[in-house]
Amino acid sequence: MLLIFLSSGLFLGWSLGANDAANVFGSAVATRMLRFKTAALTCGFFVIIGAVVSGAGTSQTLGVLGSVNALAGAFMVALAAAITVFWMTRLGIPVSTSQAIVGSIVGWNLYTGSPTDWGSLQKIVLTWIASPLLAAMVAMVLYSFYRLTIRHVKVHLLRIDQFLRIGLILAGAFGSYSLGANNIANVMGVFVPVTPFTDFELFGLITLTGVEQLFFIGGVAIAVGVYTYSRKVMETVGGSLLKLSPDAALIVVLAQALVLFVFASEELEQWLLSHGLPAFPLVPVSSSQAIIGGVIGIGLMKGARAIKFKVFGQIASGWITTPVIACIITFFSLFFLQNVFNQQVSKKMVYMIDETLIEYSRQTNCYDAGLDDMSDRSFYNITRFKEQLERRTSLAEQQIKTIIELARYEKFYIDPDLLNIRLKPEMFSVNQLNAIKRLEKITFHYRWQFLNALEHISPEWRLKPETQLNQEYNKTLRVKRNLILEIFKVDNS
Amino acid sequence: MAILFKTTKQLESQIDEFLDAVGEGALVFRHGVGAYLEGDQKNFRQRIEMIAKLESKADNLRRTIENQLYTHTLIPEHRGDVLGLLESSDEVMDTMKETLFQFDVEMPDIPGNLIKYYEELTAMSVSAVEVLIYAIRAFFKDVSAVKNHLHKVMFYEKEADRIGDNLKREVFKMKIELAHKFHLRYFALHIQNVSDRAEDVSDRLSIYTIKRTI
Repeated sequence: MLLIFLSSGLFLGWSLGANDAANVFGSAVATRMLRFKTAALTCGFFVIIGAVVSGAGTSQTLGVLGSVNALAGAFMVALAAAITVFWMTRLGIPVSTSQAIVGSIVGWNLYTGSPTDWGSLQKIVLTWIASPLLAAMVAMVLYSFYRLTIRHVKVHLLRIDQFLRIGLILAGAFGSYSLGANNIANVMGVFVPVTPFTDFELFGLITLTGVEQLFFIGGVAIAVGVYTYSRKVMETVGGSLLKLSPDAALIVVLAQALVLFVFASEELEQWLLSHGLPAFPLVPVSSSQAIIGGVIGIGLMKGARAIKFKVFGQIASGWITTPVIACIITFFSLFFLQNVFNQQVSKKMVYMIDETLIEYSRQTNCYDAGLDDMSDRSFYNITRFKEQLERRTSLAEQQIKTIIELARYEKFYIDPDLLNIRLKPEMFSVNQLNAIKRLEKITFHYRWQFLNALEHISPEWRLKPETQLNQEYNKTLRVKRNLILEIFKVDNS
Repeated sequence: MAILFKTTKQLESQIDEFLDAVGEGALVFRHGVGAYLEGDQKNFRQRIEMIAKLESKADNLRRTIENQLYTHTLIPEHRGDVLGLLESSDEVMDTMKETLFQFDVEMPDIPGNLIKYYEELTAMSVSAVEVLIYAIRAFFKDVSAVKNHLHKVMFYEKEADRIGDNLKREVFKMKIELAHKFHLRYFALHIQNVSDRAEDVSDRLSIYTIKRTI
């Protein structure tokens, strides 16, 4: 069964490869600076390396997908996104895979009646505007700088060609590496908790963990997508929209990389802040859109007549239709999956307010006398629960959100057997591990109860105050806290 | 990657060698015509041998360069232009060789009063070729300088035309047989041809240069 579900992730990987490889190698191939085969092989190789080596570190998108809590649901979300991206790829339109996935998740939310995070939706809309604009500006600046340099430094035509070629290969390899690292979570993230693979030793040198093997397979799926189907989108990026010259091809790729690095890199922000420098605002940026922005920027420099606005219109409308189509496909196919194939597409959530929660709500400034009336009643539907909270209490919107988060009624049992099998000692500090061990054989019903108990025993489980400098620390710790919750959660469905 | 580095370096020097061959060919052509006009047969024969060697060297180099450009898919945007440039420069070389060979085969009888015209005409044609070589080198290394050379090619070509006209007028004023007149005119045209070919190359080059700068 798992393999059938896994197939939708692999299909998504394949579509992603077919579409997103154009971001890193499209301009190089379309200008005939690199042969398609060379580009595809380089891209595939580095995608796999990126996926296996640093894919495990990215948890962002995983978090977004985490809300999809049943395997059949996850299958459909991935499949709908894959179908959408594949469709756009057939049309030769470069789209953003993340957008397709977000669209799918919204579809899942709509179908299962879960609340949608409007913040993420706003982010997507901002991406449509910010990425191309920023990339276009960066490309224009880079291109003028390049022209000025070439005019003053006398380099042989063949030498320039060689530098451009090396630049394109390096930028492409680096871009492919990041593509694998950042997107493998989209492709395989939902399957991480259920990986069927065990650790595997390669020639007695490297040990591949189950997750790494899963990511390797995902990486291979992306690479196969690149090799078999990415040519058309590459042509659109590097040829149909505007006939790019080889130097412009490199500028476009560099502009994209720079925009991603400057406006989307938390590492750079951390570094700047820790050196007392002002940081760039973090803007959600998509590489697919940045690359198109870069091409348009070059087109404007060469006189806007060269740009084929009809093609641009097609691409831009593709950005809007992608999430919408993914959302619609998910919605309807979930209906089929649930009613025709009788698969569980979401897990029922139980919400309950008990004495401990009321006590805790006092500490977190969310207490209201109305909560007492609602105590010891179970709610099986988040919307109903929210309605009741709104009617019976006078809590503010944000406080209600907090109560809903706190009232999630689950079961966590610190099973001594699981402790030895599932917990990887290298991921946690000694104090953190000891804290868990001290809670052996205890049962919790709320997440916060479990986490509070951990925090109480060891300060190393505590989050630091939310300043920009602590962002990275808190992010890593949150991943660990979520992992612990996932491991000891008892499935009572 | 290492192969790419090696090929680029090799190609750069091959293109340079090719242009050297054409430039040397022009000098040899000038000395060859000069030797014929002075009646120095030994020198003339040597020049013919030299230009034949240079011409075949240029031919081989051109073929190798073209092959390399296509097998390694180098400079995809300017590949066609570079080929056109090399081939048309090779034609200039061919024209110079052919002309010297014709002197050898037909042995035109040039009256003493016309020698200075032929000398000047040859000098102008050769100057056009020499400046053209500068322009082509600039196309590869310093595009902004190409224009500075190209207008000189035009100038020398016009000069060659002017001198050629004067020469022909002189020829047809002379009281010699009509066949002889035709023969003399024929050779003026041959030498003029060299600067005409150089002008053709420079026309191409100016278009390629515009293409590279926009």
